[in-house]
This record gives sequence, C-alpha cells and structure tokens, in this order.
Amino acid sequence: MSRRQKKTLARIICAAALLIAANFMPLDGIFKLMVFAFPYLVIGYDVLWSALRNILRGQIFDEKFLMTIATLGAFAIGEYTEACAVMLFYQVGELFQSIAVGKSRRSIASLMEIRPDFATVLREGEEVVVSPEEVALGETIIVRPGEKIPLDGEIISGATSVNTAALTGESIPLDKSVGDKVISGSINLSGVITVKTQSVFEESTVSKILELVENSTEKKARVENFITRFARYYTPCVVIGAVLLAVVPSLIFGEWQKWIERALIFLVVSCPCALVVSVPLSFFGGIGGASREGVLIKGANYLEALASVDTVVMDKTGTVTKGSFSVSAVETNGVMKEELLKIAAHAESFSHHPVGESIVASFGEEIDKSRVSDVKEIAGKGIEACVDGKTYYLGNAALMKDAGASFEETKRIGTAVYVSCGAQFLGSIIINDEIKEDSRTAIKEMKNVGIKKTVMLTGDSNDVAISVAKDVEIDEVRAKLLPQDKVAQVEKLIEKGAKVAFVGDGINDAPVLARADVSIAMGALGSDAAIESADIVLMDDKLSKIPLAVKIARKTMCIVQQNIVFAIAVKGAILILSAFGIGNMWTAVFGDVGVMVIAILNAMRAMMKVKK
Amino acid sequence: MKKVFKLQDLDCAHCAAKMELAISKIEGVNSVSVNFLLQKMTLEADDGVFDDVLKKAMKAIKKVEPDCRVIL
Repeated sequence: MSRRQKKTLARIICAAALLIAANFMPLDGIFKLMVFAFPYLVIGYDVLWSALRNILRGQIFDEKFLMTIATLGAFAIGEYTEACAVMLFYQVGELFQSIAVGKSRRSIASLMEIRPDFATVLREGEEVVVSPEEVALGETIIVRPGEKIPLDGEIISGATSVNTAALTGESIPLDKSVGDKVISGSINLSGVITVKTQSVFEESTVSKILELVENSTEKKARVENFITRFARYYTPCVVIGAVLLAVVPSLIFGEWQKWIERALIFLVVSCPCALVVSVPLSFFGGIGGASREGVLIKGANYLEALASVDTVVMDKTGTVTKGSFSVSAVETNGVMKEELLKIAAHAESFSHHPVGESIVASFGEEIDKSRVSDVKEIAGKGIEACVDGKTYYLGNAALMKDAGASFEETKRIGTAVYVSCGAQFLGSIIINDEIKEDSRTAIKEMKNVGIKKTVMLTGDSNDVAISVAKDVEIDEVRAKLLPQDKVAQVEKLIEKGAKVAFVGDGINDAPVLARADVSIAMGALGSDAAIESADIVLMDDKLSKIPLAVKIARKTMCIVQQNIVFAIAVKGAILILSAFGIGNMWTAVFGDVGVMVIAILNAMRAMMKVKK
Repeated sequence: MKKVFKLQDLDCAHCAAKMELAISKIEGVNSVSVNFLLQKMTLEADDGVFDDVLKKAMKAIKKVEPDCRVIL
C-alpha cells in the first residue's frame, strides 16, 4: 500500500470506531449531532473539501459533490448513522479500487519487465556500461549470463542458450552460437557472448513490443465507448430523478421527509464507478494475460473482435507449415540415389531459391563449386548447369520436355524437381514443406473453442494443399491463389456473414490482413513487418496460440458482459425499489460500493491464466 | 506532435473520461487519450501551438480533478 492508501485505511478504522462509539452514547438533539459529526469529518473532510471546490468550478455532477449532498441530506433528516456509513463505505470502495487497480497495473508492468536497463559496449578495447539508447548501430556489445540482451544483433563470438519466455511465453531455452541472431529482451542464460548490434534501441524488438503494449489500451472496444457514453448520461439522469422525487411527490402528498430520504438513495447510487473502472480493467487484464502467453493484442477493440470470430482463415506456407522446404523423397532412373542428390546439389549450389537451397541442405556434404559452370536460370522452369563438363537440366516437367528427355511423372505429392543429363532422364527429387508439429492439435483446439470453420488459402498446387489440409484436418482449402484471390476469398466469407480472422506470417499478405475482421501475424520475433501489419501478433510461430488467444478474448468479453449486466441491473433495481419506498440507505451503499467491489474482483479474473 | 505525459494522483476513472472529453474540445488538439489504468495522457496537437494547448489541457485537468498533476 502506498502512503496515501495507508492514511485512508487509518482514517477508515478511526472513523468506524468513532461511529460505533457514537451509537452507544445516549445523547439527543444537538449533542448527538456533534458526536456523529466527528466520525463524519474524519472520514469525509477531503470529500467535502473537493466537493466545495468543484461547485466553485461548476462541476455539479461530480461524484464527490453528490456524496456530500447525499450525506448532508441524511444528516438533515436525522439519519446520522446512515450518513456516516455512506461516507465510510464510499471511502472503503475508493481504497479498494485504488489497491486493485494498482495491483493489476503492477502485475502487468512486471509481465513487461523486458526493458533492458544497460548495455556493456566494447569501445576502443574497453568495456563501457551505458544505457541501451546510447549504443549505435554496428557496435559490439558483451552480454553475460543472467543479463538481458539489450539490442537485437548477431553473435560474433561465444555460444549460449537464451530464454525468450518474457517475449513468447515459451520457457524452453534456445541454443545460440556464432552467426545466430539474438533478440533484445531475451535473457542470456549460460555463456558470455559478444554481439554486433543490428538495431538502435528505438527500433529494437523490445522497444517495439513495449510501445505496442503501452498503446494497446488506447484503442477502445465498442463496449468501452458504450460505457463512457452511458456514464455521461447516467449520473445527470439519476440526479434529475432525485430532484424530481424529492420535490414533486412532496408537493402533492406532503411528507417531504420521506421523499427526500428516497431521493438521497438515488444520489448514493448515481455513480457509474463500477462500470467505468471494471470494464477497462477487464480489457487491461485480458490484454496483459495474453501478452504473458506471447500473444500481443494491439487494442481492446481487437480483443473484442477476436472473441466473436467464427471462421479462421490461414495461409499455408509459414503458417500451417514451417515454410522451410526439405527433400522428402528421391526417385532414380539408372543412377544411385546419392549420386543424383550430389549432382543436383552441385547444380543448385548457386541458387537462392528455397527449393534449390533445400536440395543443397539435404545433400549435407561439402560442395566443390569449381566443378560447376555455366549456370543458367530458365524462368518458370528450372535451371541448366554444367557439372564436371556435362550439362544437366533440373526443373519441372516443361523443362524435361524442352530437354527432350523421356521422363516419368512422379505420383508423389510435393514439388518435383526432375533431373536429366542432356536428354537422359536421371530421376526426380520431391520436395515438401514440413507441417508444424502443433498445427494438427491447434486446428482441433480451434474447433473445441467454438470456431465453426477453418479455411486454408495457398498459392500452391491442389495436390499439396489438399494433402496438408487432410493431414491437419482443415475444413476447406483453396489452392493456386494469387494474393488478390486471397483477398477475394476472405471478402466472400465476410459477405456471407462470417467473422473472419486471417492468420499469416505477415510477409506478402498485407492486403488480406487489412481486409479480415481481425488479422493475426505470427513469428513476429525478429520480424518488423509482422509486428506492424497485424492487429494481433504472435511472438512465436505456433498456431496453437490462436485458440488460446480466442479463449482469453472470450473470457474477457464474458467478464465485461457480466459486469455490465450485474451493475446496471442492481443499480436499476435499487432505483426503482427505493422510489417506491422499499430499501434504505444501506441498500444504496451496497448498490454503490458493493457493486463496485464485486465488479472489480470479477474484472481481475481477466488477468488470470486460462487453462490450455 | 504527439507526446505522452504521466499523470499523478489521477484517482477516478470517471474523471479520466471527463478530462479526455474536455481536452478534446480544446482548439488545436488532434487527439487525446487519458488513461486511468496507466495514469498517462497521450496528447497530439499541432506543433506550433503545442505548448499553448498543453497549458489549456493542464487547466482542464485541474478543473476536473484539482489534485491531479501532469508531470512534465
């Protein structure tokens, strides 16, 4: 508790004791009033003071002013105990709110304790400790075990394992050695490494994430705006109601004291605090809880949209599959498997195409590039290269026809690279994109959380697409799509009334991301494009984070709705009942403070971990 | 220009909403958000009049909650 909170607590205890004591004193008239004035002033002097200041500033619908009127009114009609109690519980509520909000603020802040405090830079042979902002691009920094990596960069010496849990929610350490990239905000666990920086602090991953989380509360959800508007009208309406209730029936029926008592109840429940605090607090908690899992949600509005999603549309490469190709089969025609792979790897050794690179990687042995010459790329077909003086063709069926080779078309699913030496067909290498380990369970989990339809869009061939979709049990698949076709597919779904979330890797799919109701980019760790382009960002590239995020979003929305219905219903009921004389100051206190405390406690659930 | 300010002793959520409404009506303000949970104000205003706008915004904050201070 802060000093201020402790002081309030002391005043509450003191006033409560005085109030109890006052109730036992057998006094009457002016003396009784004086005895009750003590606890009232102890607990309420600051409220009275700011109420007074607020009237001078013309703020009449201020809650402190209304509390003052309500309690002074209660004094006027002789309900001394009630007057003190209303003020007392008002302060209890304020204290509770301040503690609860402070607690969630701190726990979110600790989630985001990824901001590095210092960097050890190597300058002119000496180690200098500076703040991360002062490190320039391309400088060399030293990171020791247990320290946070302050800037993004590449390891130039040393090896270690790093923990990215604070960024991704994944606590398994990753091994890193020379040439590997390390991400700011992750923790160096085991070895001393020297890193050449590849970003300045403002542009580093950690700064971008922090900025994103801090700005996330600025984009308000529809219900938040509704609550703000509601609050703007609720208080004046209730106050006007109170005035009418005090004046009109008194003029008709008399008994003004009875009607004033009822009007005072109105004033006590006139604060929409329960809603105004608990709704943003729920979103704050939901967004914070998600970021602990490595899911960054850029605003409460996106959390709201995610909760209502019923269709998940996914890109294939890099989303459902790893996006890294590997050789899945080699078929030969009169040569050894190893021989074919060796020739192909040499021929492809100058290639930057993912297919070529995967063949080289799968060969795995040293390549003597001097044996290769006259490499020619044949657009849309493949390559022609001279290895050890012989001309080889590597590519698709069309290339084989051009080379005049009589070849067999493979029946395997995947991208086939046919190889021929001149016109002599040697065999084919089949390359496939691996499916991510968790894709299958992720799709299943999506169904479990109530996603009605899953769709996969890809530019790949039908066979490949269908085989992947079958494997992971995706409902629908559309293949051979150009980027603009993907947009059209998503639009079609939206027209049919579906709430669509599009998941991609943030590269090349900006138009689709923009069109979907919610866009989710994955693999953001180290990719600026992904962080900037989507509404929701998955720090790692696990598809299984999506059902988890949906769960968090649904839970948050559920809490928000519970609180809205509960608060409005209780306050409404108390207003109606008290207008007819059922209810007293104590029910009003419940309607004000009680409802607020319950709503806040409920809102704090949003921050808790959801079951996986 | 867009700047973020810390607010001290911003005690009620309702007041934050009121401040936001009041500040958004000041001439020269492009956007403003007063965040009760983070105790922060993000103010975006035209460069030339920013200081002037900030002064008016601080006045508006004082009017809603006299104890609340903008930390510069």
